[in-house]
Amino acid sequence: MDELEAIKVTFFQECEELLADLEGGLLTMQDGNEDSDTVNAVFRAVHSIKGGAGAFGLEPLVRFAHVFETLLDALRSNEIPGSADLTALLLRASDVLADHVSAARGLGMVDMDASAAMAAELKAVTDPSAAPAVAAPVAPVDDEMGIAFTPLVVGADDDAGLDDDDMDFGFQPMTISLDAQAADAAVLDNVWTVSIRPKSDLYRKANETGLLLRELARLGPIQATLDDSVLPTLEFLDAEAAYVTWSVRVETEEGEEAIREVFEFVDGDCELEITRGEAPVADVLATLLEVAAPAPAAPVIEEPVFEAPVAPEPVVVAPPVVASAPVSAPPPAAPPVAANAPSAPAAKPAQIDVPGPGQSVIRVDPERIDHLIDLVGELVINQAMLAQRVGEYGIAPSSNLAMGLDELEQLTRQIQDSVMAIRAQPVKSVFQRMPRLVREVANMTGKQARLVMDGENTEVDKTVIERLADPITHMLRNAIDHGLESPEERKAAGKNPEGVVRLAALHRSGRIVIEVQDDGKGINRERVLSIAVKKGLISPDITLTDEEIDNLIFLPGFSTADKISDVSGRGVGMDVVKRSVQALGGRISISSRPGLGSTFTLSLPLTLAVLDGMVVDVAGETLVIPLACIVESLRPKAEEIRPLGPTGSVLAVRDSFVPLIDVGLTLNYRDKSPPPTEGVVLLVEGEDGSRAALVADAIHGQRQVVIKSLEQNYQQVEGVAAATILGDGRVALILDVDAVINLRRRGPPIPSDPTLIAAE
Amino acid sequence: MNEPVITSSAERREMISFRVGIQEYCVDIMAVREIRGWSPATTLPQSPAYMRGVINLRGAVLPIMDLASRIGMPTTEPSVRSVFIVVQAGDRTVGLLVDAVSDILSITDDMCQPTPDISCENVRHFVRGIISIEGRMISEISLDRLLPEREALAA
Repeated sequence: MDELEAIKVTFFQECEELLADLEGGLLTMQDGNEDSDTVNAVFRAVHSIKGGAGAFGLEPLVRFAHVFETLLDALRSNEIPGSADLTALLLRASDVLADHVSAARGLGMVDMDASAAMAAELKAVTDPSAAPAVAAPVAPVDDEMGIAFTPLVVGADDDAGLDDDDMDFGFQPMTISLDAQAADAAVLDNVWTVSIRPKSDLYRKANETGLLLRELARLGPIQATLDDSVLPTLEFLDAEAAYVTWSVRVETEEGEEAIREVFEFVDGDCELEITRGEAPVADVLATLLEVAAPAPAAPVIEEPVFEAPVAPEPVVVAPPVVASAPVSAPPPAAPPVAANAPSAPAAKPAQIDVPGPGQSVIRVDPERIDHLIDLVGELVINQAMLAQRVGEYGIAPSSNLAMGLDELEQLTRQIQDSVMAIRAQPVKSVFQRMPRLVREVANMTGKQARLVMDGENTEVDKTVIERLADPITHMLRNAIDHGLESPEERKAAGKNPEGVVRLAALHRSGRIVIEVQDDGKGINRERVLSIAVKKGLISPDITLTDEEIDNLIFLPGFSTADKISDVSGRGVGMDVVKRSVQALGGRISISSRPGLGSTFTLSLPLTLAVLDGMVVDVAGETLVIPLACIVESLRPKAEEIRPLGPTGSVLAVRDSFVPLIDVGLTLNYRDKSPPPTEGVVLLVEGEDGSRAALVADAIHGQRQVVIKSLEQNYQQVEGVAAATILGDGRVALILDVDAVINLRRRGPPIPSDPTLIAAE
Repeated sequence: MNEPVITSSAERREMISFRVGIQEYCVDIMAVREIRGWSPATTLPQSPAYMRGVINLRGAVLPIMDLASRIGMPTTEPSVRSVFIVVQAGDRTVGLLVDAVSDILSITDDMCQPTPDISCENVRHFVRGIISIEGRMISEISLDRLLPEREALAA
């Protein structure tokens, strides 16, 4: 029973992925990309969910998935034309399906009425007059060729699992192949018989009949029979000789060419015979029956198989795949077959899309990875210390020791990159929840909104990913509820009635930046100002810049919604977002253009990530400036420095003037800045694109540093992003360039003015 | 007849006492992680004077607090004899710079007196109680109040 539960957990994990694929596919279709691959992928996702659900007897889920699937099947076989309306319906259906999955998992309830209504709607599309039989919880499932078959052996639970996109090869009880044979009667023309007699050379070259069979299985359903009649008894067996012959019945639309291609890599290493037709089938069957008793010796590999919960004896296929894997870590999305089968000719990409369950994904306790990351961090520091010590002894760079150290450094860096990559995840996992949110919020508020997503593959540490969802949700809600106008208003303003909300992720200055942009009406500054005054958040006689007014919406207790809606507008919106973002060491800001829309920009650190930094000296302290912020470094000439005002000065850089900021002065390391000509100037760019010229005393060079949190044992320090440990074992601070620019802008006395806090 | 002889073991506590200037202070030994010799710290900008900076403690960034300065006395000039006591305060670990560690005391609660009501607010804030032992007066530090609130500088 426990085992079943465990499989069920896996099923739900897969459901999550399948639902994401489904939604992704539908969204692609929505963008007008209705190629058959996409439709097939969508169909397969629903089909697989239904299959698994059938196995666990999750009836409501199966019933709904079946109706959904029927419609998709009709769509992919072009029985019904695709249309924007249909895609919208499918999207809503996918939401209901997701609800069903959650409900089956015990999370939340399904609105059965809504589900039934949706099912009826779906049915109406496929067959306006009579709905197909859906009463049976598990209806017979079509296989890829569209031939209905009745599951004879595997039972109702497994039929749905005969899943054509399932790349796994399980070993089924042989009798199942009879079903397929019954179905074959109609397509005898496409039947080929391939006889493979491997020579021992084939094995010596690390080829593997299992892989060949798998390749054959890509062409169509196969039945493989092993003829082991010449296999001697153990005492006479030469372990390195080849004795067996495979007889494979392939059913494929492809010609002989394609079959030959499979054997391209073993040409000459095996005797190959390809004949058309069913002729030897009788023999095959006879052999089948004959060898039925020693089951493991004659596994029948069938392409569309379900990985049976009961682990079968994996005879030949599995272990060598692992052993011969030349790629140690195949990309998670691609099944190992494609990554390392040496005899694999170019496989059909459509089949690689969906990896087999559990094939290339290892689920690991995150704590183990955290521990590993910590250790690797120590390793990096230790390696740097070692290098520095060796350097102090004046050892020639060409010596063995120095070269060995170089190699160590490279290895360390590689290990570190790999380890960090384990935990880095694309923001996709958060982004893919958003289309549904946008649909729902748009429905609720009676607005038309289209979500455009960008940079879903931007990778960020897992710890950050988990905490992105809330702020993004808030910002999107806000953008639709407050940002976008109603369709009528938009028409009146000469805009497309459908508003566009853009959600983008990108890396900038060693941080992840999330942007939520709408093309709505922008912030009504007068209203914001009057509300802020009315609520006593700012004093009425204060003069604020547009930017400062925009940022007032982050003040606690501020809400501009004319009416309180379900969606947002209880005045707990943006200040909560701001606080949660700040707690992560992030910043949030807004920019708005009246009539054109607003953009929320959220920037978060890539925590625990390593950072490429420039190590500089300032007033006797060593600081690290994130390399990503640095545009260029230069030694200023006296004529490039122009005083401006009583204390300020700017640097002339190619006809533009950039404010000079003495880092030592800003961070209160010293009271008086030395002339900038004696130091080095680093031209940096802040998050908002503003430039500044930071003055440091000297540059030590570039280095990769491990970010250490200051907050863990102390607290956030203004102007400092984090700390790191340098090669000499001392702590160096990593400069927060934006904060330094802001500190300077604000001037030395730290004001207690609320507006400035808001504008921060 | 096997009456337990130790009666007050439950209330018995071990303290580490140390010198700050000429005064003696102590902390509960359970809060002490280790005692280390002085090593130069990296100065933290925008920080109160009692924060001497941060050091590398086996890969962790450890803030060092000048206890004398925190209590309001002149800052300590680190010497070879100076040490810092690594203590656990809440969920944070911090190093306290002191002049010298004296000894380990075993005290019972009845040796503890409330802090006398003197005008210095720092004393009332950071001293939990006063222990009188062998004619010495040793003040127990209230560790959870030493570090400033985290949000203090974040606004």
